[in-house]
Amino acid sequence: MRSLLALVVLALPCAAEVAPERAKALEHMVIQDCGSCHGLTLKGGLGRALTVDALAPADAEGLALIILDGVPGTAMPPWRPLLTEEEAMWIAHYLKKD
Amino acid sequence: MKRALKLLALLASPVWASPVWAEVPCCATGDLGLVIERATGTLLVVDRSDRAAVGKVEGLGDLSHASLTYGPDERFAYVFGRDGGLSKVDMLTRKVVARTVQAGNSIGGAISDDGKLVAVSNYEPGGVKVFDADTLALVADVPAAGKTIGLVDVPGRRFAWTVWDTGEVFLGDFSGAEPVITPLGNAGKNPFDAVLTADAHTYLIGLFGEKGVTAFDLWDAAPKPVKFLQDYGKTEDDLPVYKMPHLQGWAFTEGQYVLPAVGAHELLWVDQASLAEVARTPVHGQAVFIIAQPASPFVWVNFATPLNDVVQVIDSRTHQVVKTLTPGKAVLHMEFAPRGAEVWISSRDDNKIVIYDTRTLKVLGEIAADSPSGIFFTARAHRTGL
Repeated sequence: MRSLLALVVLALPCAAEVAPERAKALEHMVIQDCGSCHGLTLKGGLGRALTVDALAPADAEGLALIILDGVPGTAMPPWRPLLTEEEAMWIAHYLKKD
Repeated sequence: MKRALKLLALLASPVWASPVWAEVPCCATGDLGLVIERATGTLLVVDRSDRAAVGKVEGLGDLSHASLTYGPDERFAYVFGRDGGLSKVDMLTRKVVARTVQAGNSIGGAISDDGKLVAVSNYEPGGVKVFDADTLALVADVPAAGKTIGLVDVPGRRFAWTVWDTGEVFLGDFSGAEPVITPLGNAGKNPFDAVLTADAHTYLIGLFGEKGVTAFDLWDAAPKPVKFLQDYGKTEDDLPVYKMPHLQGWAFTEGQYVLPAVGAHELLWVDQASLAEVARTPVHGQAVFIIAQPASPFVWVNFATPLNDVVQVIDSRTHQVVKTLTPGKAVLHMEFAPRGAEVWISSRDDNKIVIYDTRTLKVLGEIAADSPSGIFFTARAHRTGL
């Protein structure tokens, strides 16, 4: 299972290249739409906190996968229908302030 | 002489004798309202008759998921902020007159039927805290084993609430010297919100972690959970839910409940007496708020992102969509004039409130607002369960 996960992780783009205009829209989406569950300041709500400290143990690839595919059995939905893999990586790095 | 007499009469009148009148900029609040500006943490004071913003209130903290309720004289609003802040706002002076940061993370609140107690539903630490409505002094602290949701006021200085993590449902009676907290039973897996019917008869709880809605008969001396609508709720095969539906706006119309399907782009109509599903209405997206237009057969619906630039109007007799409107980008909330003549709709990403005539569906006006979310007219002061 772990090797399978690693394979999927490897399949994600390493660099997250997103056009500046799209980046602005993604930032708006994180603050407003992710914020409706995780809090506008990302300190948590129904969803857990997404502050830099809270995300410190997680790597960007893992976060991007959670964003894309959600967390089954929880309220975290898969955003793959709305985001590309590059965009999910961009959001992961944005959240970690990498 | 005549003039002097007149002056004397004026000076002797109780209006002048009361110093408070000289200080307040306005003397009535019945057609006022507050709009939450979620990005800036401010409240816009609006005048329903003038269809205009008349002031702004600052100093409210994080209002990214905020709601509020009104005291019985419609002068004071109690604002529940995401950051655990409970603020008491004077509608006339447009100032925060009391504020307490009572938890780390909260979700909403309610005011008791007599207007004396304000209860707040908290995520972190989970539980319900009850405050004196006058001073915001802590009256009771009721911890819970998780995040509390669906807090409503129940007649007789009582409140009901539900725990997201455990499914437990509680009824708290705060009418005596000591609070009496009664566990009512278990609603099911991951209840996401709950609502009380206007007659305070039925407490309905929507489930996210399993299919079904759970009802408690609060007129019963010993309410028991009754599960129905087993097709209702989210499973992993369903569509993603990009915003949790809010059940405060569950509409009750034509002897029916109309509920937002979770994970499907549908409204579900349920017969209030038999609790059997009577119809489904395909709609534009994942429904968030379904609100009955007062004094009419219609309900209005808004939707989760990314399909949130649309509002639909549905006839509860035919279950058909009768109108699809596009008020603006990211529609977050709708509030009706108390008798239903107008609906005010917040468009977060177009930074405006759009006002529609509910009969002609013509736009009557727009008000600029900074990332507006919830709209709350003072008439809510007199409604049970809000």
